Amino acid sequence: MFRQFLVLLSPALVAQPVDFLRDIQPVFQRHCDGCHGAKMQLGLLRLDARQAAAKAIHAGDAAKSTLYQRVAGTSDQARMPMGAKPLAAAQIALIKKWIDEGAHWPEAASARDAQVQKHWAFVAPVKAPLPKTKDAAWARRPVDAFVLAKLESEKLTPSKEADRVTLLRRLHLDLTGLPPEPKEIDAFAANRSPNAYEKQVDRLLASKHYGERWARHWLDAARYADSDGYEKDKSRDVWFWRDWVIQSLNADMPYNQFVVEQIAGDLLPGATQDQKVATGFLRNSMINEEGGIDPEQFRMEAMFDRMDAIGKSVLGITIQCAQCHNHRYDPLTQEEYYKIFAFLNNSHEGAAVVYTPEATRQRSEIFRRIREIEADVRHKDPNWRSKLAAWEASMQTHLPKWEPLRPDIDDISTGGQKHRQMEDGSVLAGGYAPTKFSTQFTLRTKMRNIRAIRLELLNDPNLPRGGPGRSLLGTAALTEFAVKASADGKNSKTVRIKRATADVNPPEAQLAGSYWDKTGRRRVTGPVSYAIDGSDETAWGTDNGPGRRNQPRNAVFELAEPIDFPGGTVLEVFLTQRHGGWNSDDNMNHNLGRFRLSITDARNAEADPVPPAIRTLIGKQNRSEAETNAVFSFWQQSNPEIEAQWARHPEGTTQLVLEERAELRETNLLMRGDFLKPGKAVQPGAPAFLHAIPEGAPVNRLTFARWLVDRNSPTTARAIVNRVWQAYFGTGIVGTSEDLGRQSEAPSHKELLDYLAVDLMDNGWSLKKLHRAIVTSNTYKQSSNVTPELAAKDPYNRLLARAPRLRVEGEIVRDIALSASGLLNAKVGGPSVYPPAPDFLFQPPTSYGPKNWHEEKGADRYRRALYTFRFRSVPYPMLQAFDAPNGDMSCVRRPRSNTPLQALTTLNEPLFFEAAQALAAKTLAEGGASDDSRLRFAFRRVLGRAPAQNEKDALLTLLSKQAGKQDLRGAWTTISRVLLNLDEAITKE
Amino acid sequence: MSNNVARRWFVNQCGVGMGALAMQSLLHGQARQPHHAPKAKNVIYLFMAGGPSHMELFDNKPVLTKFDGTLPPADLLKGYRAAFINPNSKLLGPKFKFAKHGQSGAELSELLPYTAKVADDLCIVKSMVSDAFNHAPAQLLMNTGSMQFGRPSFGAWTIYGMGSESKDLPAFVVFSSGQKGPSGGNSCWGSGFLPTHYQGVQFRNSGDPVLYLSNPPGVDNDTQRATLDAVKSMNEMRLRQTGDTEIATRINSFEMAYRMQSSAPELMDLSKESKETLDSYGIEPGKPSFAYNCLLARRLVERGVRFVQLYHEAWDQHGGLVGGLRKNTKDTDQASAALIMDLKQRGLLKDTLVIWGGEFGRTPMVQGGSDGRDHHPNAFTMWLAGGGVKPGVTLGESDELGFNVVKDRVHVHDLHATCLHLLGFDHLKLTYRFQGRDFRLTDVHGNVVQKMLA
Repeated sequence: MFRQFLVLLSPALVAQPVDFLRDIQPVFQRHCDGCHGAKMQLGLLRLDARQAAAKAIHAGDAAKSTLYQRVAGTSDQARMPMGAKPLAAAQIALIKKWIDEGAHWPEAASARDAQVQKHWAFVAPVKAPLPKTKDAAWARRPVDAFVLAKLESEKLTPSKEADRVTLLRRLHLDLTGLPPEPKEIDAFAANRSPNAYEKQVDRLLASKHYGERWARHWLDAARYADSDGYEKDKSRDVWFWRDWVIQSLNADMPYNQFVVEQIAGDLLPGATQDQKVATGFLRNSMINEEGGIDPEQFRMEAMFDRMDAIGKSVLGITIQCAQCHNHRYDPLTQEEYYKIFAFLNNSHEGAAVVYTPEATRQRSEIFRRIREIEADVRHKDPNWRSKLAAWEASMQTHLPKWEPLRPDIDDISTGGQKHRQMEDGSVLAGGYAPTKFSTQFTLRTKMRNIRAIRLELLNDPNLPRGGPGRSLLGTAALTEFAVKASADGKNSKTVRIKRATADVNPPEAQLAGSYWDKTGRRRVTGPVSYAIDGSDETAWGTDNGPGRRNQPRNAVFELAEPIDFPGGTVLEVFLTQRHGGWNSDDNMNHNLGRFRLSITDARNAEADPVPPAIRTLIGKQNRSEAETNAVFSFWQQSNPEIEAQWARHPEGTTQLVLEERAELRETNLLMRGDFLKPGKAVQPGAPAFLHAIPEGAPVNRLTFARWLVDRNSPTTARAIVNRVWQAYFGTGIVGTSEDLGRQSEAPSHKELLDYLAVDLMDNGWSLKKLHRAIVTSNTYKQSSNVTPELAAKDPYNRLLARAPRLRVEGEIVRDIALSASGLLNAKVGGPSVYPPAPDFLFQPPTSYGPKNWHEEKGADRYRRALYTFRFRSVPYPMLQAFDAPNGDMSCVRRPRSNTPLQALTTLNEPLFFEAAQALAAKTLAEGGASDDSRLRFAFRRVLGRAPAQNEKDALLTLLSKQAGKQDLRGAWTTISRVLLNLDEAITKE
Repeated sequence: MSNNVARRWFVNQCGVGMGALAMQSLLHGQARQPHHAPKAKNVIYLFMAGGPSHMELFDNKPVLTKFDGTLPPADLLKGYRAAFINPNSKLLGPKFKFAKHGQSGAELSELLPYTAKVADDLCIVKSMVSDAFNHAPAQLLMNTGSMQFGRPSFGAWTIYGMGSESKDLPAFVVFSSGQKGPSGGNSCWGSGFLPTHYQGVQFRNSGDPVLYLSNPPGVDNDTQRATLDAVKSMNEMRLRQTGDTEIATRINSFEMAYRMQSSAPELMDLSKESKETLDSYGIEPGKPSFAYNCLLARRLVERGVRFVQLYHEAWDQHGGLVGGLRKNTKDTDQASAALIMDLKQRGLLKDTLVIWGGEFGRTPMVQGGSDGRDHHPNAFTMWLAGGGVKPGVTLGESDELGFNVVKDRVHVHDLHATCLHLLGFDHLKLTYRFQGRDFRLTDVHGNVVQKMLA
């Protein structure tokens, strides 16, 4: 009926004025009010209230009204109603006419409450006054006041305080992820001073294990893993970042600084190694280097992943949807998404060399010694300046003029490696890295009498350690260099190379194990002559040891006869690289990274021994003293005493980091999130529904990082407080901890969340103070026992009339077994380790490619589970069984399952069994002579408390039964296994 | 306190809601009400990872033979991206002969003599389309409906919808054979944002079928049982003490683990299978193979396992097309067909949806000299059988070069919608709320392909 009515009213037929009540309001109610009405006001617009609608209506001129533009689809913004069919033409015409006629809207037809309600989480938190409670004594602390007020309103009373043993085990598991030693329990039980508990809190917050425990939560949010993900899933070095997180938390680094350094530590003035390492947070994205990919596509995927991770981990808002379209529920437009994106879109994907404190000391010592030796040289030879000048002069003669040529690359010959053409005529290799291949580069030139070809190997921030090669060390090996020439690309003939020179000619060296190709043949690197000797066994190597290996290199290949085609020449250059290892799905490549080919017609051309950075200084007028010193240092490089110093230089390791690009990369809105469909260009900026970016702040990643943790951010402090709360109580104050937006679950205690969020900021963003506020509360200290009444009234324990009783996280399940058995190696930090795992998991056809898993035989076998090496595609089985995420994407809320596979794991997995055996041995050695005392010993090591009589009876019965068939160790291993497999053993009570 | 007592305890003491809640996580989730009567109760998905060449197996292209060695029409290549090759590469004629089979007259290549014998049971879909042309994203799309990581797999959705029928085996079991593991890794059978117990459990066809299934060295069955009895009685004491029903779930988990310790080896024990059966699959005793996994798939379905997925990663013939396909079909053709016949003979085929296919097809254009093809998402072939699928039909057509689909296009999302339909679910309604949004296997796409339904 209604529709018919509208059709009859098609504009051509309508002479009478539009009636709001009859013609317009029904359309609004039916099509618009869902998102722009009383319940929700997306874009802060509501169309059920005259005043609030006014911003979209330009009375008298529909064309100027956003309302009309959006429903008619005349603006470049998404057409309304979003995600639904457009309005009928007749409806749109009516709206137009209504606005053109003055948009008359009777007062009576407007919702009275025209308030545009901002979603609670998008308004900055303020501290509410503490609520009054009947039981004022229990509610002395702010946390308790809010919790008790709610309980009293629900006519519930809190549970009594848990006993001391339970409490200390709980506190240990919460603050350090490790159970208490029996002697720590005894000490606490014996200490009757009124602040005994607070002392324990202080002790545990100061423990080096606190950082490990709480780092794990951040690692989940930061999608940390030790491998690239996708098909190849190669291992990567990111443990420096992981250790940075642990150390930062242990040092109670203010949370705002913690975030700023991870988003933009590299841009801080005078950024330290640690601050650069911190940017590894963003680099935790996966990398796809499967054969057929476009590296740019997966750079974009990584960018989306970073956006998602920042949204969930820092802002507590799910922003992913806006990648493809305006957010349906939260007021985030697609354009705003890309405005945030633009802040992050200007980085190189670097793998920086980093040094441990020990290696850093070693390095300073080496550089100090070199400076001393150099000073000594100057001291002993007063004529050093004139000698230097003479050397410089000799370096300036005979510099051939080179013409760089942009190559065409034969797709078939790349072996799947991708080459990006750079502005300086060089190419940057990326994507899949074959390990044995020969790529053909075609060069076209008009030059006559081509006498030499130069191959420059260049640094690039996107290469490992800055390159110039693609190997993990940033080195490369050139097996053979060959050239063919012709006038037209047809019938090309091989060109003989007379002589090769290079700026680096390392002595012959066997290939390292990381390039092993299973053949057992001779495979060596050495001087550049190895690249023209026609042998696949030898290659020109660029590695002259740590400290100096990541420098640009050049080699010049002089032709036996000049090439001279009057009409122009087509050169085919073949760069054969066959010095990689057998497995191209692993880090075994030895490829050129970034390189450039040039030609010259000069005679006797040779490689320039002087690197570009020094070349610009040679003979330079008005050189600074520092510049002269740099030239001097280079001149002195062959000094054997200095060489000896370089030989001591430590290897260092790498860490994935961000490095800002010099030139701004343009960011475009991507239609439907497709990198092949760029829309309009966007500038960096903040979304309108959040706080503003300070005016005048430079437009860069650092500003964005500071904006994220701005005091005015409505969600940042709430998000982290909510997740800390979630870790303690199983569920956050807002259950959907990844999303505080409009679709989030309503907070159980909003004022408490706001109080703690403001408190966090007032306390200099100290997380330890937040932890202290929670764990010293009466709420936290309650017993976790459940009465049937309580279970019926509050099955999910959202009201907190008791403490939660929760199975601990997967890592802690493991750590409890290691700790209770005495096997635990409590070392903090360092490279990830390989505890036992079935070998077949890492071999095809279970794994895509073969992976290295060198099972630890020494003390590293018993490290905390936090340090277990994590391959994304082959998750560590024990941790996977207990719900640890595999790092594919940011995870701020783990599921907590309870499955038979978990039972099989704790029963039968080798390390759990080793723990049972070790606990048995420890019990027999240290647990006294009687079965009773031994049982008490083992029981307390696992559960903290002493056994009750019925428990003792059950276990001693088992012991005597087993004693008949097992030896003493065996019988006690059985008892230990029972203890370690108890629900209580892996539960925080 | 026995299990029953424990259950009664929490039903009486804690209210039924909690009891149901605790049991739910153990049994891989309670079944949801189907939206209509399901035709299929189980799924066996033969995932031919790598991208089998449709032109050499299912999709006869005589015209392509004619144009062998010539460049493809320029119009065809507009906006087309290939993984490795320059799209403007010469066309490559199909390498094998085709013939018609069965009453349905299904056209199959000479590489598939066994499949030919069951042609009348198959619904061959020659008009499959995917969006992705690299392995990992394409495998994720085929398995989860999204190229992004983090979504639940088809198997996980199935268990989420239908629950489990097996009390002592996981509801979703995965095997892997061939040269490599799948490119998408564990995420191919992951649970995404669904609770983790919906994820597939990887079985192995040698050694322990499930990780950590055997007792530790030196622990005999008596000791294991005695250990479990003690764990159980101690857990029951704790349950009484704390009132936490999660302990009841843990007690049940341990009991199911114990049952698995005997049921899983029983599953793997083929000694009761007849020689005829083993021969029909082409199983060489003691040798792990795809054929072995096919037989295990039937045995799993017989034991109430809902979803079985066999990965066979071998089909990525950038080169060595002829030799590679000969080997792959030798490894898979007989067993795939035997599985259909075996299921049929045992009356299981009508309840079991069997799916055969990879993540994409291969280019009509050559890669390398004359014996390779690149990845191709625009047109490829899969087949389905049993479980309410219309038998003896060939659906859809690609163009004369096998490049684009020209008739009855079936996108990956449509395939998912159709499979869920066969399992009793409307793909629009089988949803899970996550991050404030209702997610589904088909995202915002998918139509049930009526022509595939019996």
